Amino acid sequence: MTLTDTTAATRRKRSRSSSTGKAIFRFLVTVVTTFLGLLAVTFFIGRVIPIDPALAIVGDRAPAHVVERVREQLGLNLPLYQQFYFYVRDALTGNFGTSVLTTNPVMDDIRRVFPATMELATIGTIFGALFGIPLGVLAAVKRGSIADQIVRVVGLIGYSVPIFWLGLLSLVLFYAKLRWVAYPGRLDIVYEYTFTPITGFFLFDSLVQGQWDVFWDAFRHIILPGALLGYFSLAYISRMTRSFMLNELQQEYIVAARAKGLSETRIIWFHALRNAGVPLITVIALSYAGLLEGSVLTETIFSWPGLGLYITNSLQNADMNAVLGGTIIVGSVFIAINLLSDLLYRTLDPRTRSR
Amino acid sequence: MSVVEQTPKPYSRDWLLSDRPTSRQQARLGRAYVIWRRFAENRLALLGLGIIILLLLVAAFADVLAPHNPVQGDLMNARLLPPGSAGYWLGTDDQGRDILSRLIHGSRLTLMVIVLVAVIAAPIGLIVGTVSGYAGGWIDAILMRITDIFLAFPKLVLALALVAALGPGIENAILAIAVTSWPPYARIARAETLTFRNSEFISAVKLMGASPFRIVLRHVMPLCLSSLIVRVTLDMAGIILTAAGLGFLGLGAQPPLPEWGAMIASGRRFILDQWWVAAMPGFAILIVSLGFNLLGDGLRDALDPKEAGQ
Repeated sequence: MTLTDTTAATRRKRSRSSSTGKAIFRFLVTVVTTFLGLLAVTFFIGRVIPIDPALAIVGDRAPAHVVERVREQLGLNLPLYQQFYFYVRDALTGNFGTSVLTTNPVMDDIRRVFPATMELATIGTIFGALFGIPLGVLAAVKRGSIADQIVRVVGLIGYSVPIFWLGLLSLVLFYAKLRWVAYPGRLDIVYEYTFTPITGFFLFDSLVQGQWDVFWDAFRHIILPGALLGYFSLAYISRMTRSFMLNELQQEYIVAARAKGLSETRIIWFHALRNAGVPLITVIALSYAGLLEGSVLTETIFSWPGLGLYITNSLQNADMNAVLGGTIIVGSVFIAINLLSDLLYRTLDPRTRSR
Repeated sequence: MSVVEQTPKPYSRDWLLSDRPTSRQQARLGRAYVIWRRFAENRLALLGLGIIILLLLVAAFADVLAPHNPVQGDLMNARLLPPGSAGYWLGTDDQGRDILSRLIHGSRLTLMVIVLVAVIAAPIGLIVGTVSGYAGGWIDAILMRITDIFLAFPKLVLALALVAALGPGIENAILAIAVTSWPPYARIARAETLTFRNSEFISAVKLMGASPFRIVLRHVMPLCLSSLIVRVTLDMAGIILTAAGLGFLGLGAQPPLPEWGAMIASGRRFILDQWWVAAMPGFAILIVSLGFNLLGDGLRDALDPKEAGQ
């Protein structure tokens, strides 16, 4: 090894260690700027687009001095950059103002409704992954067959159907006609006062407390909206699984495994799917984030007392604090899930580590 | 020894597929023909194209096709008639309005939403993406940061908040959807630009003294168009669904406009007994967005054979 080679090697080593530091720095910058951008956009929507938020509160018939006082209380007489500073400070401490509709601080409301949305999205994602992955694998293995076409069409319909419409029709069929599932809501009224939730995840809470009847009731309520959301995540997950699997099945290690005489089942489920699994985790995380959003329309149909219903109810009552607070929370969770899946991908895929 | 070449008859198959086109026009037509053949191989894609053409025709001739007035009903004799009633194929709603006529006229609104969103969002994405990709450096960094911020937003929720601030109405809904849909286009345009910004033909144009503005406008943008068109077509279904969702929540088109999402919302009250009032508009939305998805899939396979089947 010549001198120039060793210096090049040390330089490479040094640049690598500083590149990890750089990567972390870049990561932090991404988080901070994205979050600030989120706040800037909601600030713009809440403070700049309406002609006068003070008028929106007191109404346009209020005397001038009242309007002036409200403007001062809201800090609207300050320059815009100062307003934004206070806005960011408030948001960081979790202060999104008070909801006009419920008269509670918006943050308290959100804390109360958020578990319901998360429970629904979790059930949906589990459903989507449980059915989506095998369907995607099947489509990839039997590429071009009838099964592949069916999976493709089922997926495309998932991309094309309005979720609120499908929800309405499924309610008519499974609740009104067949009586298989319970009516809209999270629990029967009987249990609403006798059951004390701990975490807000009713399925989990009732299990922990050993209340099987409550668990069964909560299950009967969540199964339909959960399956509906799950269908949408199934459409996405099966499609991505198929494409990842097709990619893996063309690799040489598959040929090697076949040459070794491994069974086809083992090759598909243990060798190929395991390698396709790493990007799949990202896909599942993204579909989870998508379901948090998709729940907005689903919750209105199923009277599911979650964040989506909270936002739409507030919207219909012109309760901007609540709408924007909800938007910021959904946006933050979105950002967090995106970053987490990115990190997870980096740690799970050895190829991304050395770079 | 000279090979006598038979020049194929103009516009014949051989002429189109000739690997030695004699004119620019022949080369272009030949390329279009190859793409069309690839596209037409896919039955589902043709079905999608058929649905979209049908939508265009229905929207264009809505006045002729619709048997009844879409906004004024017959409250006396025709309230909540079931599908198949005489003169009202798909039934009537609570105000005695013919649902078929409302669907036919609603296709115009759907088309308007799609076209306006595409016209607003696609150029924004194209400009941001190509400028950012071609310029590089801090311009790229800033533009892509902004794009990422908008990408981080859940689309429907941002659109909801925007419409809440702007006030309900179909124009504001269009604006809100456009604001939420340009970032992916910027990402695609940038990625495309990066693949050829250092290639020789760009250097050649630069050498001839073309300004960056001219290079981006005349040489970079046209090359980004095909992937952008595919993406926009694939997004159309999403745009239709978002618009219908906004309409369903009462934030999009206002009554008595026959917007499909709003029609579902108005039929919600009768869903148990008169299911067709809410069901019919949903079928219309499903068919049209399925059409766009099939068309977009087919276009992607035809324009980009590398990704075909993925």
